[in-house]
Amino acid sequence: MTITNGRIIPSGTDTKEPDPAPVRRPSGIGFGRWWWALPAVTLTIVVTYMATAFGAFFAFTDWTGLGSFKFVGFDNFVQVAKDPALVGSVRNTLFLATGYVVFTNLFGLLFALALNRTLKTRFVLRALIFMPVVLSSVAVSFIWKFVFAFDGPLNQFLSAVGLDSLKQDWLANPSLALWCILAVMVWQNIGFVMVIYLAGLATVPVELEEAAGLDGAGVWQTFTGVVLPTIRPSVAIATVLTLIQGLSVFDQVLTLTGGGPGDATQTLASQIYQQTFVYGAFGLGAAAALVLTVFILILAVVQQVVVRDRSN
Amino acid sequence: MHRYTKWSLAREILVVIASIIMLLPFWIVISTSLKTSDEVLTTSAFAPPKAATLDNFIQLLSPEGSQSGNVYQGLFSSLIITIGTVLVLIALSSAAAYVFARSTRKLSNTVFRIFLIAIVLPTQLGVLPLYIGARNLGLVGSPWGMIVIYTAMTMPFAVFLYSGFFRRLPRDYEEAATLDGASRFQIFTRVIFPQMAPATGTVAILSGLLVWNDFFTAVIFLNGSPYMTLPVVVYNFVGSLVSQWNLSFAVVLIAMAPVLLFYVFAQKKLMQGYAGGIKS
Repeated sequence: MTITNGRIIPSGTDTKEPDPAPVRRPSGIGFGRWWWALPAVTLTIVVTYMATAFGAFFAFTDWTGLGSFKFVGFDNFVQVAKDPALVGSVRNTLFLATGYVVFTNLFGLLFALALNRTLKTRFVLRALIFMPVVLSSVAVSFIWKFVFAFDGPLNQFLSAVGLDSLKQDWLANPSLALWCILAVMVWQNIGFVMVIYLAGLATVPVELEEAAGLDGAGVWQTFTGVVLPTIRPSVAIATVLTLIQGLSVFDQVLTLTGGGPGDATQTLASQIYQQTFVYGAFGLGAAAALVLTVFILILAVVQQVVVRDRSN
Repeated sequence: MHRYTKWSLAREILVVIASIIMLLPFWIVISTSLKTSDEVLTTSAFAPPKAATLDNFIQLLSPEGSQSGNVYQGLFSSLIITIGTVLVLIALSSAAAYVFARSTRKLSNTVFRIFLIAIVLPTQLGVLPLYIGARNLGLVGSPWGMIVIYTAMTMPFAVFLYSGFFRRLPRDYEEAATLDGASRFQIFTRVIFPQMAPATGTVAILSGLLVWNDFFTAVIFLNGSPYMTLPVVVYNFVGSLVSQWNLSFAVVLIAMAPVLLFYVFAQKKLMQGYAGGIKS
């Protein structure tokens, strides 16, 4: 059977036969009722849209989550811009998101290229590398907390290879802790990006690659000239998705460092949580959340524009 | 060009070594969880346990174990909330997507757009008013409140994914079933929905994992309640065990076990779900 224009044509049917006269649709043909969509629409409008709108509204108030509140204009945003801890959290979020995009895409693409064809172990290795993706990031982060601990595997490895001078409590070092969080985020999601690239690589015609090889193109030339143009949609998807994931990083921060040492590894999401639910500064938390939302919406618009440009 | 040459073998060895290094943390978790507290302190983290013991697991899982209550309760709430969300989500999102995919009215296109935009709206801003709302309704710490919130969180992408599938389904089935005298509800539940099995599988897997592993919403709404899900239980429990890594890793492994077990049997479908669900 083949499917043409949405109609299934059983094999053996002469497709050149002139189309039969359009079948008169039976009256009252059942395509469902409009109100079947009502629960889904209501839930989305109330829980997603109304809640987000209220959140944006509270960003301009001094509410503590209890009792009355008054408008404070842009005071909360001024505070976000002035408070060193909050400014730091914006900087950390941007650092983590950028590093996350760069390294997951780099390693994900490398693994996808390596495990695309030829290798005998490719199916086993794909499954193993993808495995961390489906696990709870809280559980995964605790594994790494041990790896980075002072008596943990990383330091044991360093002393085994004679680099004792590098031994330290990695997560207690303000300048290294953020890199540790980045490493855990990247490690867990290389498989996620790899799978996106594998799906893209499957669309690269083998003949095209072979032709490039016969024409004397090297590995790098084949990659940039043939493979990369074909998988460009995958690159766009993987970049945007990892960027959005990276901007909302929370689990790894809370689990590995709790935002510390000091406030050295706070991110926007961890600040939203702490300001709102630990300190009761509801308005301030909402302002930080609004900043994060605007970041992500800008990205979504940019992605739409990029995708539309390509299809023209 | 894709013959297996000695270069392929060299590449294979390289990739296998890289993968082993990447997967070392799993070895460390498993071996450490089988060690006694003394052995964790005295031996290398890379070394296998000298005399593997299941004591850590027994302490957590046996009815007499001091911490077994937490673990079972976490498993129980995670299961209820995940299964509840997936079932409600599939029922509501498939019905909605079907209506949108089949409707020729302009309005339905506009309403469909509500879901498209909601896909990119992050949860962090909406979760604050939701918490206040749920507190006023007495739904904080309730599994039913969580099912509502998670269903709403996963709804946009589920509707989006389903409607792609419905659009590709020819209308002939409805015509034939109508001629046979089936009602609209029967047509949808008996004729159309069963053909959506691949879409339903993808929606169930992606939303199920998202809910099962979610920490941000769970810690806000459930922390301290009797319905903490596994990530929150693990977070609290490991946080309270200062550097007792063998016991910590036993908890971590128990929490991972259901998903890992599922992964062993469904890894192909899972990877396809991620790649396909995201592409469409």
